[in-house]
Amino acid sequence: MMRLELVKRPQHSVLFSAISPLIALVLTMIAGAIMFSILGKSPIDALYYYFIDPLRETWSLHELAIKAAPLILIAVGLSVCFLSNNWNIGAEGQFIAGAIAGSILPVVFPDFQNWLVLPLMLAMGLAGGAAYAAVPAFLKARFNTNEILTSLMLVYVAQLFLDWIVRGPWRDPGGMNFPETRDFHVFAVLPELMPSAGRANWGIVFAVLAAVILWFVLRKTRKGFEIRVLGQSPRAGRFAGFSSSRMVMMAFLISGGLAGLAGISEVAGAIGQLQPSISPGYGFTAIIVAFLGRLNPLGIVAAGFVLALSYLGGEAAQISLGLSDKAARAFQGMLLFFVLGCDTLIHYRIRLAGRAVRGGEAARNA
Amino acid sequence: MSEMGAGVDHSHEGKGGELLEVRGLTKIFGALRACDAIDLSIGRGEIHALLGENGAGKSTLVKMLFGALEPAAGDIRWKGKPVSIQSPGEARGLGIGMVFQHFSLFEALTAAENIMLSLDDKTPILQVAERARELSKAYGLPLDPFAHVGDLSVGERQRIEIIRCLLQKPDLIILDEPTSVLTPQEADRLFETLETLRDEGKSILYISHRLEEVKRLCDRATVLRHGKVVSHCDPRQETAASLAKMMVGDDVDTVRRTGSLDRKGEALLEVKALNRPAANPFAMPLRGISLEVRAGAVMGIAGVAGNGQGELFEALSGEVLQDKADAIRIRGTNAGRTGISGRRLLGAAFVPEERLGHGAAPQMRLSENLFLSRHVTDKRALVGMFGTVRAGALAKAASRIVKAMDVRKSGVDPEASALSGGNLQKFIIGRELDRQPAVIVVNQPTWGVDAGAAARIRQALIDLARSGSAVLVISQDLDELFEICDTVAVMHDGRLSAPMPIAEASFEKIGLLMGGAEPERSGLPENTETA
Repeated sequence: MMRLELVKRPQHSVLFSAISPLIALVLTMIAGAIMFSILGKSPIDALYYYFIDPLRETWSLHELAIKAAPLILIAVGLSVCFLSNNWNIGAEGQFIAGAIAGSILPVVFPDFQNWLVLPLMLAMGLAGGAAYAAVPAFLKARFNTNEILTSLMLVYVAQLFLDWIVRGPWRDPGGMNFPETRDFHVFAVLPELMPSAGRANWGIVFAVLAAVILWFVLRKTRKGFEIRVLGQSPRAGRFAGFSSSRMVMMAFLISGGLAGLAGISEVAGAIGQLQPSISPGYGFTAIIVAFLGRLNPLGIVAAGFVLALSYLGGEAAQISLGLSDKAARAFQGMLLFFVLGCDTLIHYRIRLAGRAVRGGEAARNA
Repeated sequence: MSEMGAGVDHSHEGKGGELLEVRGLTKIFGALRACDAIDLSIGRGEIHALLGENGAGKSTLVKMLFGALEPAAGDIRWKGKPVSIQSPGEARGLGIGMVFQHFSLFEALTAAENIMLSLDDKTPILQVAERARELSKAYGLPLDPFAHVGDLSVGERQRIEIIRCLLQKPDLIILDEPTSVLTPQEADRLFETLETLRDEGKSILYISHRLEEVKRLCDRATVLRHGKVVSHCDPRQETAASLAKMMVGDDVDTVRRTGSLDRKGEALLEVKALNRPAANPFAMPLRGISLEVRAGAVMGIAGVAGNGQGELFEALSGEVLQDKADAIRIRGTNAGRTGISGRRLLGAAFVPEERLGHGAAPQMRLSENLFLSRHVTDKRALVGMFGTVRAGALAKAASRIVKAMDVRKSGVDPEASALSGGNLQKFIIGRELDRQPAVIVVNQPTWGVDAGAAARIRQALIDLARSGSAVLVISQDLDELFEICDTVAVMHDGRLSAPMPIAEASFEKIGLLMGGAEPERSGLPENTETA
């Protein structure tokens, strides 16, 4: 009987730490090709529309940056959480909370118009996301609740609150009863980087900046050491004199704040107003981004573009091949599955256990 | 080796031939030959010792005999017939029983319920209890089948494991380091039981690294080193030193304890009426612990595992704070409300029992693990502007410690989990000694550490004390405490006995205290004969 055995490596493999995301990508493409052919589409065409077509024109590269910005911003925050063993699954809710908090100025005080508005909005978005993330963090630090459940459930609260507020109190008085807020005035809009070439705005700059700063903190500073050691071995972290409950708060505040910043940047940038739905699941997709980037902020920048491509590719395939947008979601799911699966290779190697050993025994038993 | 073995073999043939014969048994893990062509034979009615240092391959060999690991090569013959043992169930079916070093008992269940869970057939609980009671009487293993395991001492728990094993009517019983958790008196009683079993014709494979008890109890011995058999011998014909030399392959340095300081140093660590409620139903509360360690002295705390040593360590280190600030004083400063970093700044250092996951983060490199306990005390050297970690200074300090403690490792800066237990322990102790702490608290300094490394660690602790620091050693290993301590106290049931100078202490005195035999606390079932 042939069987596969996982054998623990004495030390984690540097080679596989680097290439496991790539192996995962390849496996996702193979599985995706199989899925597309089962759906009756040519897998080559589908993969072309997914991964090549969106890269062919400048304007669509700008679209890629627009999609990548929130993914990266959220995912670098999540990497702090995940590295410190805090499972914040509610970034989608914190994204919405940041968007709502940041929109207070242009929606409620539309006459307050000067250059202060945008910086204030960004700060309020940051604070709103952080405050929303503080809820599951406090519950975990104080009552030891499961943060996966609490943070996830708060997503639905945020989504329904957004839906209510844009249909109710914040509905645009001159908007023909559409469930939208008024359009943000010019001081409340995140400027585009190169208006002549495409729509990409300052969001992507914030994202890359946040990634570089957090990379430095995680790799080079004592704070980064604290985050990693508390995540890997909490008891050793306590022995080092670090406090796990303070870390819970800090990790959630950072990731919530960055998710909130992503939320207000998206609303003030690409959308320009609040709508019932402002995110195609960025907060959840960012979890995939974080793991595909191996929780390394610089890796996350690359991973953010890959997942952004799957959004654009999904749209392209929908238009050109009539593939359901659910296919894009399935695609993302497979990617996470393979990323987590391939991570096994970092700590284990696969061995084929053949018949030889058993055969020897059989001979002995005879 | 074969000459010796053959000679001894001969003398045992009269007892009915070999029960178990192993030829060329080999197990390979990656590049490591954990067991390399092991030969072993055990006769009927014999107590056979399996000797070797940690990592010599004892556990691997035994796991293959018990069906928990599959050998890569070699034969096992049981009662003269070749067998292939695929699982512990098959091993039990053949008549091989095993008592593990770490018990697998449910604390919330009774002894009888635990025994019943391990039986393959569905015997009613009362019948199980009755059979357990019979066995316990027959073999001198006093046990109440209806007692909850959580309430039992370690020695009593071990009796459950032994009775559970005997119920399967095995011909060969494998005991893995059975005395490591027992008081000397409990160990004596276990030896009597084992001798009774031998007289009934049962065979015992006795794994240990305690040479004196092997000499006393065992008929034959097989000594392993680095996965190979180095000798088959009759332990009664050997001295402890010659056995140790076979195990280690070299003479072990003896620890030199230079005479303790005559004048009394100042008290650097003072603990006064330290209480701590139990953190969970199976934890041990600390009850009114007081002690004092003076400059220049090594104080030892003996005791059977689970009597509050871990809880005491956490309280001393500041991982758990005290209610009153003056419950613990370090160098004359109240530290009861100070956390572990603050206590380190007062000059204290701590080495916990658990190396991986407490004293060191397994997935982190040695230099990072150095930073782990030194980032506050050596902030100036190790932390730069903006809170950056100074990698260069860290690497230099790490290699200094590696050199000072002779830490053997592969690669420049490997992950902690890649080091053997002994080498990681040398690094962890070296990491604290490198600071020249005024006070050091060490829990089980040489647990699971090979003899060479243990001697080095003990010498380093003595040298630190003689240079004017206060050293507190919590250990289950009485030999170790007698080797290095100036005074010794005993922990039992969350209390600490009065310390006695080592000159006045004896194994027997300490053993009685370990069993809980303080004048006002006699009458425990453990001590009815001795107290």
